[in-house]
Amino acid sequence: MTAPIVSSRADPQAAVIVVRQRRSVWRRWGLGLSPSGLIGLGTVVFWLLVALLGPMLAPHGVGAIVADDSFAPSSAQFPLGSDYLGRDVLSRILYGARYTVGLALAGALLASTAGTALGLAAAVSGRWIDETMSRLLDALTCIPSKIFALVMVAGFGSSVPLLMLTAALTYLPGAYRIARSLAVNLNVMEYVDVARARGEGRAHIACFEILPNMIHPMLADFGLRFVFVVLLLSGLSFLGLGVQPPAADLGSLVRENISGLAEGSPAIMMPALAIATLTIGVNLLIDSLPGRTKRLSQGALR
Amino acid sequence: MNDLVRVSGLRVTVRNDSGEEEAIVKEVSLSIPKGEVLALIGESGSGKTTIALALMGYARAGCRIAAGSIHVGDTAVTSLDSLQLAHLRGRQVAYIAQSAAAAFNPAKPIMDQVIEGAHIHGVMTRTAAEAKAVEIFRSLALPTPEHIGRRYPHEVSGGQLQRLMAAMALITDPELVILDEPTTALDVTTQIEVLRAFKKVVRELRTTALYVSHDLAVVAQIADRIAVLNHGELCECGTTDQILNAPSDSYTKTLMAAARPALRAARDAGVGDKAAAPPLLAIDGLIAGYGRLNKEGRPHNLVLKDISLTLQRGATLAVIGESGSGKSTLARVVAGLLTPAAGAIRFNGAPLPPRLEQRSREQLRRIQIVFQNADTALNPSHTVARILGRPLGFYHGLRGRARDKRIAELLDRVRLPAGLAERHCAELSGGQKQRINLARALAAEPDLILCDEVTSALDTVVAAAILDLMGELRRELGVSYLFISHDIATVRSICDDVLVLYAGCKVESASRHALSAAPCHPYTDLLITSVPELRRGWLEQIAPPVELPVVGASSHAPGLCSFLQRCPVRIDGVCNVAAPPHVVTRQGKQILCHHSDEQLQRLHDSRIVRKSAAEDAR
Repeated sequence: MTAPIVSSRADPQAAVIVVRQRRSVWRRWGLGLSPSGLIGLGTVVFWLLVALLGPMLAPHGVGAIVADDSFAPSSAQFPLGSDYLGRDVLSRILYGARYTVGLALAGALLASTAGTALGLAAAVSGRWIDETMSRLLDALTCIPSKIFALVMVAGFGSSVPLLMLTAALTYLPGAYRIARSLAVNLNVMEYVDVARARGEGRAHIACFEILPNMIHPMLADFGLRFVFVVLLLSGLSFLGLGVQPPAADLGSLVRENISGLAEGSPAIMMPALAIATLTIGVNLLIDSLPGRTKRLSQGALR
Repeated sequence: MNDLVRVSGLRVTVRNDSGEEEAIVKEVSLSIPKGEVLALIGESGSGKTTIALALMGYARAGCRIAAGSIHVGDTAVTSLDSLQLAHLRGRQVAYIAQSAAAAFNPAKPIMDQVIEGAHIHGVMTRTAAEAKAVEIFRSLALPTPEHIGRRYPHEVSGGQLQRLMAAMALITDPELVILDEPTTALDVTTQIEVLRAFKKVVRELRTTALYVSHDLAVVAQIADRIAVLNHGELCECGTTDQILNAPSDSYTKTLMAAARPALRAARDAGVGDKAAAPPLLAIDGLIAGYGRLNKEGRPHNLVLKDISLTLQRGATLAVIGESGSGKSTLARVVAGLLTPAAGAIRFNGAPLPPRLEQRSREQLRRIQIVFQNADTALNPSHTVARILGRPLGFYHGLRGRARDKRIAELLDRVRLPAGLAERHCAELSGGQKQRINLARALAAEPDLILCDEVTSALDTVVAAAILDLMGELRRELGVSYLFISHDIATVRSICDDVLVLYAGCKVESASRHALSAAPCHPYTDLLITSVPELRRGWLEQIAPPVELPVVGASSHAPGLCSFLQRCPVRIDGVCNVAAPPHVVTRQGKQILCHHSDEQLQRLHDSRIVRKSAAEDAR
């Protein structure tokens, strides 16, 4: 009696599975994304390319004063006009993107991986380790991020590694909180109980049973942290504490050209626009990450 | 035009992953005459709830009522706009969902929620609605009908909440009431009360009702007619008598066969010779619970109180009891997931360390646990091959080819195609997932498998197949089971010995043959008589609840009978003062009760007499 029932139940399901497999191939190439996700993906890819190839494409050097007057409007020679010293804004942005994207990527990556690792460790360890770690990181959360960054820069001087570390430390507690709460919920699932009853060690449970199930929310969280780091670094640069001249990230470009604001000069509009497109693009992309669409389609099929 | 509800050619579609529309309800036509109860029967995924919701003009997200017409009275439901639908719902058509706990807002008193429908539709004043609600509470046999409305949902029991939800639906005198699996989530002893209350109300108010359920025995008690659904198609629709006694459709026959569980072969006579070998599992004086230990070394929240049991090699021991009785905790203690506060566990003659970390890998391998819900017991991010492969590598050091070969063997063992190995669990059906769940336990080649409600989440037909598979594995591999269940019919069909738990106490232990025979513990008696039988009129024949004998305040003596509060034969000055002794009956049953063997026999006989008296009265 068993066999025919199983096969009759399996048949329609097999068809569904074939369809899903085909779709997962599409997904792998990013084509399962929604239109807004595709726009986000396009923007992110564009900025990554700019960060990688920018200096090669730049028509002028980063510090070269090439225009005759400052805050020149856009022209054929200078597509985005010139800045307050008469430097080419396009070249400055092409050079600057590297700092913003690179620093933010490194800072966010550091914050997210460290946060996830600590969160997982706290969830699978005993109560005391969890409590100690959580309270310590809570203490870190209550320091305002800008003030913390100011103190760090004041204490150790501004350098690229220091900025990266500051950004990572600032956003680590948040990533830890999210990772820990996800991991604690997954830690009480029955499949984790089964693994524990099997005799698996904590590291195995953390890495192979829990981590794969929280990777999607953590990726989305990583995207958010990336945006926060971009804004923090831009803010610091705006205060003159970020990347130091003559090099400039997008935030410094906004600051140094602030006097062009009254004239509506492209020298200040364009770097601001660059920050906006980068952050919005990343947000659009993470909002349509597969984890979300998958859940929706499963709900519809039930 | 006697039919209140007329559905013709109903077709509901769902948009699948690739954007195509699939029909989940296919050209279903049915009608319900005024004042009758129609039951919709089918497995999960057969479209029962979808049809029930369509009667209110509702389709779940992603679904669409594609074709067909639905009439409730003179209203054509499918042609209404959303405003008219809002007027229909709760006024003309009311819905009672499966989980009352999820349907009530925990932050508002019950009365506010019960009369909300009347309030929204403006059919009566608040005072009138409250008076009416109290009337309905009374006819639903709820305790203290005048005051229960002031409580919050968490202050009443699950069965009471389910009846309160019925009151919520009935407050506006709807023409049609839809009951969607209203008793499925309840214990059998509670289910019988709720069923009795529903039936009384339906009879009194002459309500037209659609009763959605997967349980034929429950439906047989309450429905006038039964419609059988399979994969969105209507197989058969007839009177309850006709469907129960002379089903014509082959699928209906399968359902009927699954609902009457066959006795599966018990352990072979030779295996588990008690004198020869030590028992596989012996537990003595086990005390376990959650929370901090107090001064006497007892946990704050005591779940298991002084449990002793023995399980012979190759045998199946069932642990039965209602939710909260400590069944699952027992399995967790044996598996090492919960450290007991006191008591000894011996496995294979040797003591088993209480803590997981103290057990050797070999000891861990020999005991495997299978959880109820395969959805949460199988890691959704792993493929089947990975789920089965891990214990193979972990316990037996299998790698590469050898492991793949063994995975294929295991899949074959649980009657699944080998092609499933590369799939994720989300792509499998409930029955397939439960087979994988079993296969993972088998991968360790254990001596004992702890089965925690393994069939409770499955449809009857699928559950029967899983039980067959378990019986087969026991015969061929010689594994033993500790089978935890709330379902006495399932237990009877697979187990050798039965242990009845009530509120963490072992109230009775018996062999399966002795279990149903008198004398038995008053709780076991209640449990056995509460299982619905697959025939009409069973509900009326069951002796109605009697007034419990009055007893004084309980003394503080340790180990008082846990069933005292609900026991129909409690004795003042005995049961509430002293701990009950273990009575051993002629059949070798152990019963924890103050009544002697003969007294219990007499009590049981009197219950039978009451039953037949109720039959005569009809």
